[in-house]
Amino acid sequence: MSASEIAERVRRGETSAVDVLEEHLRAIEECDGALQAFLTVLGDTARAEAREIDRRVGAGEDPGPLAGVPVAVKDNLCTRGLPTTCASRILEGWLPPYDATVVERLRGAGAVVVGKTNLDEFAMGSSTENSAFGPTHNPHDPRRVPGGSSGGSAASVAAGLVPIALGSDTGGSIRQPSALCGVVGLKPTYGTVSRYGLVAFASSLDQVGPIARTVADAATLFDVIGGHDPRDSTSLERLNPLALARLEEGVDGMRVGVVVELLDGADASVVKRVHEAAEALAAAGANVEECSVPELGYALPAYYLLAPAEASSNLARYDGVRYGLRVDAPSAEAMNGATRAAGFGPEVKRRIMLGTYALSAGYYDAYYGQAQKVRTLIIRAFARAYEHVDVLIGATTPTTAFELGSKVDDPLAMYLSDVCTVPTNLAGHPAITVPFGADDLGLPIGVQLLAPALGETPMFQAAAVIEGAAPAAALPQICASTIGANQTSTRGER
Amino acid sequence: MSVEGWEPVVGLEVHCELKTATKLFCGCRNAFGDEPNTNICPVCLGLPGSLPVLNMKAVEMAMSIGNALHCEVRPSLFHRKNYFYPDMPKDYQISQYDEPINVNGWLELPDGQRVGIVRAHIEEDTGKTSHMGGGGRIHDADRALVDYNRAGVPLVEIVSAPDIRSAAQARRYVEELRAILMALEASDGRMEEGSLRVDANVSVREARTDGLGTRCEIKNVNSLRSLARAIEYETERQVGLLEAGEPVLQQTRHWDEQAQKTVALRSKEEAFDYRYFPEPDLVPVAPDPRWQREVATSLPPMPAERRAKLTALLGAGETTAAQADQVATVVALGLDKLVVEAASSGVDAPLALARTANEAAADAGRALEVDPAAYGALLLMEQEGKLTPTQAKAVLADLFESGGQPQDIARRKGFEALGAENVAATVADVVSAHPEEWQRYCGGEDKLVGFFTGLVMQATDKKASGKEVAAELRRLRG
Amino acid sequence: MSENTPARPERLTREDAAYVARLARVDLTEEELDLYAGQLAAVLDHAAQVAAIATSGVEPTAHTLPLRNVLRDDVVRPSLDREEVLAQAPRAEDGRFMVPRILGEAP
Repeated sequence: MSASEIAERVRRGETSAVDVLEEHLRAIEECDGALQAFLTVLGDTARAEAREIDRRVGAGEDPGPLAGVPVAVKDNLCTRGLPTTCASRILEGWLPPYDATVVERLRGAGAVVVGKTNLDEFAMGSSTENSAFGPTHNPHDPRRVPGGSSGGSAASVAAGLVPIALGSDTGGSIRQPSALCGVVGLKPTYGTVSRYGLVAFASSLDQVGPIARTVADAATLFDVIGGHDPRDSTSLERLNPLALARLEEGVDGMRVGVVVELLDGADASVVKRVHEAAEALAAAGANVEECSVPELGYALPAYYLLAPAEASSNLARYDGVRYGLRVDAPSAEAMNGATRAAGFGPEVKRRIMLGTYALSAGYYDAYYGQAQKVRTLIIRAFARAYEHVDVLIGATTPTTAFELGSKVDDPLAMYLSDVCTVPTNLAGHPAITVPFGADDLGLPIGVQLLAPALGETPMFQAAAVIEGAAPAAALPQICASTIGANQTSTRGER
Repeated sequence: MSVEGWEPVVGLEVHCELKTATKLFCGCRNAFGDEPNTNICPVCLGLPGSLPVLNMKAVEMAMSIGNALHCEVRPSLFHRKNYFYPDMPKDYQISQYDEPINVNGWLELPDGQRVGIVRAHIEEDTGKTSHMGGGGRIHDADRALVDYNRAGVPLVEIVSAPDIRSAAQARRYVEELRAILMALEASDGRMEEGSLRVDANVSVREARTDGLGTRCEIKNVNSLRSLARAIEYETERQVGLLEAGEPVLQQTRHWDEQAQKTVALRSKEEAFDYRYFPEPDLVPVAPDPRWQREVATSLPPMPAERRAKLTALLGAGETTAAQADQVATVVALGLDKLVVEAASSGVDAPLALARTANEAAADAGRALEVDPAAYGALLLMEQEGKLTPTQAKAVLADLFESGGQPQDIARRKGFEALGAENVAATVADVVSAHPEEWQRYCGGEDKLVGFFTGLVMQATDKKASGKEVAAELRRLRG
Repeated sequence: MSENTPARPERLTREDAAYVARLARVDLTEEELDLYAGQLAAVLDHAAQVAAIATSGVEPTAHTLPLRNVLRDDVVRPSLDREEVLAQAPRAEDGRFMVPRILGEAP
């Protein structure tokens, strides 16, 4: 059942939030052992929230557009009084004294926060193998990665453990795992969703976004969490009108560009699916043409200077003084060094060092400074492209899900899986991945749509058309029975 | 050790805590002396996921400071200054680097000399560290305790050009700057509480040469007197080295108040690599022309202007050096409104000025609270002879202590100045009772005035005015 | 700052890696240092491609947003409860956060 359907039925009193929750908690209990999508399952607090939703419905109130909908939240989003580890030993046991704005808004819309999901440590990675607490498995093939860094969120939605989840995307961390798991994932325009309470990785690139099984659910969740937040200085006014309202307007006359650079180097099966999706848009009335944005090739090297640079600064605060892990030592300085050595995993250490180097005296101009200028070139290149098209289309990631362990020893190979996604973050633009068929092994493929800043409306419209034309999705291996149950469930109907 | 033939070249960095209600990036209270860690929140504690939001009042105060120092107020950016220290919640400080809000101004000292202001930028303060376990000496401490109440308090850092040429001039610079900051109500100027902090960059060069020698940064100066002493000491130290043929090493040095000398800090050979980059969590600040104009045109009168106003009250003639000092003192303490008020109610300006620079200044804190009209009335009573100076001072003390009206206080104390006939009568009595001394006085021994005055005071219970007694004696002598 | 593209910097050495680890306050073992230095050099080789891109006259982008002057009123808001915060501290004493002795000076 989609989130919209659940909310509809809960608001109408046809099903109780408590029943919906219990069903999903059972699925989690059955399947998460194999999946490892959740770091913390919030059974007690979720039940209390669900009971409250039911009480309000009973009292004639409307709890909101996500009434009774179970949601999974990536564990780099602060939940007051509840574990928020960022999948790192350095924050093991930390309980934030405040909620992230997006979590407040979820609850304000009636959603029930059911658990915190696994991620690459501090959101640094493309496979969720960098979690300090073990990797998550791809529901379509447990020997393979779910992608990252929001692997837990993507896997939990794909496996039917929750209908929707929140992830975060800095270089593709929502879109890439969503594509590898066969679900919908959105990175919104930078600034449209508050970062207050999102543990920072790269501040000028990070955004929180929805992961769902349907485009409509993604739009609903985006509408709920988006909008201006006075606690975030980089926050924009709410998109007007909301994304959901215009979702079904179709793509007649829309200009669509197939970006060759977002297909270069991708697997043949991926390229094929992208072209099929483009054809579906053409069949629906869009004007589809090929286009080239060569500067997109600059994006990956620029990203791997900018993101680690900001991260090296954002992660300095983990020093063993105020919260989290402390490794004792005779001096404060030694304590810092030992704590960070023990608390951070190898990928985080690598990126901190890379970033520190890129900012250091004598190298700032050549690395960080130069990357900021390249960023300007990419923004200009996109602007030129959008003079001729309304949305762009391409692959979300060059391959389908790779095997666990196959890239961990080669960081550079791992970084290359972000090549289709990082340009969007550098520009601050929105992009969405829509599942569109599978490869010969049955592994999901995602097709990516890109739009200019605040261009979510046409982007969602195109996504809805592509979704409508997509081949039937294969059920995942893990939790197939549960998905089936969720999709056809009539339990709780009165 | 002689420093003849050498001159110190000094630049000062003054950190001023702004008197805003809340911190720079969050709504926590900006207050001194509260219980540790009671004014903290996710933002100023740097908790994961927290974000800064800039305090408008802090920007406004920074603009006022820029205006008062004749700076160009510009669009500006925030940068991160990255380094580790336990009092830094984020292990980076949000500051301004190469695009600060105020640049290229100057400060005019009371004597007319100008000191260039390179920049005055906004940044956040750190928490406070207490080193424990070593009997008070940092070097023997076994642990440190950190209070983050101060973390995130807004600061403006004012950097002067190296235009200062003596310890005394450095002191005058800080006094004038403090007076300006207090006039703007941007600071409470309390060096002893740390709301105003001064670091000195000191180098020396041979007199009448150009060029700059190697400089040392002197920190931990907690009063104006220490500042002057530290500059003098450092000047002597550097001259001593150079005259012995040794180089001055570029160092950060601590002023040791106990030992009265500067000491090199345990070192860092490498200059610190702060890896400045633009703060991604904050957007640029570009005050629009209307806001800039509003701020620029609502500056309160500056100390220089207030000194000029007092000097004008003294009249067209030359003011004495003593009076110039009095004017400077009165304005520096913010007591000029008392003088102005008194003068406008008929008190002679020199008298108003002298009383304020002496008696009122001695109790400046309370003088700031006194009712200016009552103060003026009291001085008028003295001027009109209704109270002797001694009596006036006593009434003033009471006025500061508990307020009220001077006439009532005088009455309570039983003060009435003696009428002129009574003075003459008493003097005549005393003179006829001491004919020998009177002869000597008439013969020219003027110092006997004191003898006679003392007796008259005794006889009148100190209600006579010394001046009137002296005048009467001279009149009798002829 | 030169308007021309900066010269491509030299390859990251083991000493560079050690310096950077110290600056970032992350203790590394000798093995880690060797491993990371090699991996980082490879990544930097790739990332340093930016050096070859012509950026003469191009302004850097620090913010992708068109926002300016985001300010808030100088109004007091509730602070956190000290006990809740100190409960999360690794070591606390006397209402304050405790750390082992600090060797260096604050810059």
